[in-house]
Amino acid sequence: MIKWVDVYKAFGEKKVLDGFTLDVHEGEAVVIIGYSGAGKSVAIKHVVGLLEPDRGTIEVDDNDVPTLPRKELYELRAHIGYVFQFAALFDSMTIGDNVAMGLRKRGEMSESDIQQRVAEALELVDLPDVQQQYPAELSGGMRKRVGIARAVALRPKYILYDEPTTGLDPVTSAVIDELMIRMREKLGVTSVVITHDMRSAYRVGSRIAMLYEGRVRQVGTVDEIQHTKDPIVRQFIEGRATLDGGEAASPAASPAKAAGGAGARGGGRA
Amino acid sequence: MNVIEATGRWVRFRVEEAGRAGRFLEEAAIALGSVRSWLPNATLQMRRLGVDSLPIGMLIAVFTGIVLALLASYSFTGAVPLYFVGTLVEKTITLELAPVLTGLALAGRVGANIAAELGTMRVTEQVDALETLAYDPEAYLVVPRVVAGTIMFPLIVGLAMVVGLGAGWLASLGFLQLSSDEFLKGARMFFSTFDVEYGLVKAGSFGFAVTLIGCYKGLRARGGAEGVGNAATQAVVYSAVMILVLDAFWAMTWLHGRS
Repeated sequence: MIKWVDVYKAFGEKKVLDGFTLDVHEGEAVVIIGYSGAGKSVAIKHVVGLLEPDRGTIEVDDNDVPTLPRKELYELRAHIGYVFQFAALFDSMTIGDNVAMGLRKRGEMSESDIQQRVAEALELVDLPDVQQQYPAELSGGMRKRVGIARAVALRPKYILYDEPTTGLDPVTSAVIDELMIRMREKLGVTSVVITHDMRSAYRVGSRIAMLYEGRVRQVGTVDEIQHTKDPIVRQFIEGRATLDGGEAASPAASPAKAAGGAGARGGGRA
Repeated sequence: MNVIEATGRWVRFRVEEAGRAGRFLEEAAIALGSVRSWLPNATLQMRRLGVDSLPIGMLIAVFTGIVLALLASYSFTGAVPLYFVGTLVEKTITLELAPVLTGLALAGRVGANIAAELGTMRVTEQVDALETLAYDPEAYLVVPRVVAGTIMFPLIVGLAMVVGLGAGWLASLGFLQLSSDEFLKGARMFFSTFDVEYGLVKAGSFGFAVTLIGCYKGLRARGGAEGVGNAATQAVVYSAVMILVLDAFWAMTWLHGRS
């Protein structure tokens, strides 16, 4: 189970998370929606300890992530797959080596077993023949699928997807959505998906939470969100420029993305 | 904003920066213990940072040796026996010019290379990706580069000493009509193994500083291409300054007072 409890995070004067609280139960796929810069990426970076909260706790399987010693944090990370928005593949390595990285670090498998697991993971994302290629030789959609393969190769308990369909054409987006559903159904992975693509959110999510002004505005099943009466949530899911009454909502535009992407914590642990 | 406020902000920024640098150094020292994480990468970095830097190091040594021989001859103006050209070339090359000039050239090549590479990895979230795969960036990225720099800088400088001395010798034969015996007599006259030891230790400290600064600036890069560019520039500038500071430090603490 993943739990954010009353999490606060600011970058300079800008509050990004302001009392963010959310639970993700085993086997669920919780989709976090919200405006660009609302702090969605910042929220999931806390789960793997890439960022430390100013206040509040983040629990993964009863481990309080911000207070975990370095060694235990790395052990916890081995159970969490993270799919980055732009894949974040290591551009100096082949695709095969990219997918094998986490397995080699664990040191539990022979090289032939690692190669087999890599092949399986790439097969799962329908990219069986790219092992010897480099990230620069692949399209954006293929890179995202390799990012997913890298995460699932570890057979993690949790996968965090950071905007997996942003910038992709509708067909490739649907392929990625199918992949995320397959991960959950085939491997029983608990997922947190960040997106502002509502079609993807409805397809993938078992629950949807809207992050607005640093906290959860509403959380519910797909059906509950689709029939919400909350004007802010309605405006967002319907993609309207104004609220029901004609008033413009104030998207929580913030520097969160830029600051969050910088890995401010940098693994700094005593 | 008044002057006091501006000064306060500046002091606070500097103190925070010093704290971050101290923490970075501490984490790198701890990561040194994870030998299995950094050793495989260290050999690769030795080739990239060291072997690939040999041409520029040797080029500098050749021209330095030639210029030194001619400068010495010009300065002696007939008042000092010409075989002292060998003495001056040997002393200056080994004690100062091979380590410092090579160090400054490598500060540009190696420092900028490391800062740009790690900076790009930082802004494209590759460093975050490493962390999520349970790799410690200090052990995987920083320590191999710092170990490679600390080992390879003295090797390059050692070769630069030999090449520089050889170039000075050939220049003396070609331009000064000095015989080989005379040049070698001058070179041997005040030669001490300490000269070489001093130059190589200095080079090792330069390699340590240049690679550590490059890693620190690269991993602290923010934003996009501009942030990476700034990181590379700062790495080169800070490395060059640090080389001069270390040069003075060694002269004051180790050279000073020796007869």
